[in-house]
Amino acid sequence: MKKAFSGTAWKYGDNINTDVIFPGKYTYQKMTPEEMAQHALEDLDPDFISKVSAGDILVAGKNFGMGSSREQAAVAIKAAGISVIIARSFARIYFRNAINAGMPAIRCPEAVDAIQDGDSVTVDMAAGVISTPRGDFRFPAYPPTVMEILEHNGLIPFIKTKIST
Amino acid sequence: MGKTFVEKVFGLKAGYDVSAGDIVSVEPDWVMSHDNAAAISATFRKTGAAKVRYPERVVIILDHEIPAPKESSATNHREIRSFVAEQGIEHFFDINFGICHQVFVEEGFAMPGKLIVGSDSHTTTYGALGAFSAGIGRSEVAAIWATGELWFQVPDTMQIVLQGRMPDFLSPKDVALNIIGRIRADGADYRAVEFRGDAVAAMSIPDRMVLSNMAAEMGAKNGYIPPDDTTLNYLKGRARSTFEPVFSDPDACFVDVVNFDISVMTPAVARPHTVDNHASIEEAAGIRIDQALIGTCTNGRLEDLRAAARILKGRRVKVRTLVIPASWQVYRAAMKENLLEVFLDAGAVILNPGCGPCLGAHQGVMAPGEVTFSTANRNFKGRMGCREAEIYLGSPMSVAASAVTGEITHPGRFL
Ligand code: SF4
Repeated sequence: MKKAFSGTAWKYGDNINTDVIFPGKYTYQKMTPEEMAQHALEDLDPDFISKVSAGDILVAGKNFGMGSSREQAAVAIKAAGISVIIARSFARIYFRNAINAGMPAIRCPEAVDAIQDGDSVTVDMAAGVISTPRGDFRFPAYPPTVMEILEHNGLIPFIKTKIST
Repeated sequence: MGKTFVEKVFGLKAGYDVSAGDIVSVEPDWVMSHDNAAAISATFRKTGAAKVRYPERVVIILDHEIPAPKESSATNHREIRSFVAEQGIEHFFDINFGICHQVFVEEGFAMPGKLIVGSDSHTTTYGALGAFSAGIGRSEVAAIWATGELWFQVPDTMQIVLQGRMPDFLSPKDVALNIIGRIRADGADYRAVEFRGDAVAAMSIPDRMVLSNMAAEMGAKNGYIPPDDTTLNYLKGRARSTFEPVFSDPDACFVDVVNFDISVMTPAVARPHTVDNHASIEEAAGIRIDQALIGTCTNGRLEDLRAAARILKGRRVKVRTLVIPASWQVYRAAMKENLLEVFLDAGAVILNPGCGPCLGAHQGVMAPGEVTFSTANRNFKGRMGCREAEIYLGSPMSVAASAVTGEITHPGRFL
């Protein structure tokens, strides 16, 4: 994982559930992350996948990722190019799935208030700072355990290195 | 300041003092999975690990699609059986045991103070025995198989305090549905839930399991009930190992305390398509149903079958009625008590212990436009296999009474 991310912010509302992030009808189909990305946010914003570029930042309201425990809801967003999600709050399982997929999920209500759709935003993971056109906002840095998972691009690759060393 | 139950359990495991919000890496005592163990074993292989780190901590219970309804499920089961043999996993329960959460408890794995995880959202059920237990993702189970440990964020704790005597027509399921109706499906999101109060202390272990099971539908990470003599008696001759009960300190920090008087509650129903779409049974009364389902990990225990049989005895059902004992032990006990005969005489279909229709994998699938009244814990759209069908949730007594009339009916009418 890079120590800092810069990209365009795409902003959505509260209570975005896993069904609109990655529709349930695809959950039992075998897909590569790239194929999953084609369906990311399909029922919320059908244009998302055509406008997002690698490194962009997803911004959302409260309880992002509520609903099912499907890991694809995190994998699809990441494969679509999103580097970081900033939200008012996350559903518990989604928070875990995001980190385990190697995608930081940052809770920072102040930054969510400040950021507007299309803004250029930078997130410095090590310093714990989100820079927006309307000011900088701090968030508590992740503990080493989580940073290690993110640095290895997810839980399974992390364990892979741990086992081989 | 004192510590909550979860802070203590994670602190004991981590070996240092922890507080809510901290992230810790710890080794769970047990890691449970079911039919999804096949998918998990594929992820496990991706880690590069050759051997499961602690095979003796792995519990696998087949229940979701048993016996296999189609070739792909049979192949899944075969992969699991060969993985189990290859890795020397001794705690494997094939298709002749029952629903994972019921079997896990019956077989004595759920014990006070233990840290238990499972690749199923209703793993919360073991909180009824005073354990910390939570559902986790499949990759996370694969990670534990490979390394023995996993990261956790220690949750805040909210208390749900239940007081009062349970009326005759009420059941723990109604209590759970009433709680969820008030605090909503995200009412305990991110949080540990601790059930307390006279009404909880008066409950049997099977009744407590309904509360801890339904904690998942409140968004909770776990649903702990302080262990007491009822717990210890249940575990006599059953517990798989020694254990040490863990309790919250009286001066621990609880982020919220919600109080309920169960003596004034009425039977509750969850309307389609969310568990918090609450209605009293009076409000829902008269809704026509096509199918009744009594079973699942929420309400398939002997006590539930007894409650249903109390209403069905000497009566005939008007709609197709499925009865699924949660496990073989329950099945056998129901047979000895002649409950099975009551169900057969009433015209019900008795299915083998398992998840069956609960997740729409097989058995009891509905046609578009049909309505099932079920004792399960979830009524999401499409849950039982048909997106154009509707699911109402209620207690075993309410579902039994409604099976007799063909419409949602207050169980008090037949008591
Ligand atoms: S009975 Fe239903 S809710 Fe319980 S474990 Fe099986 S599928 Fe899940």
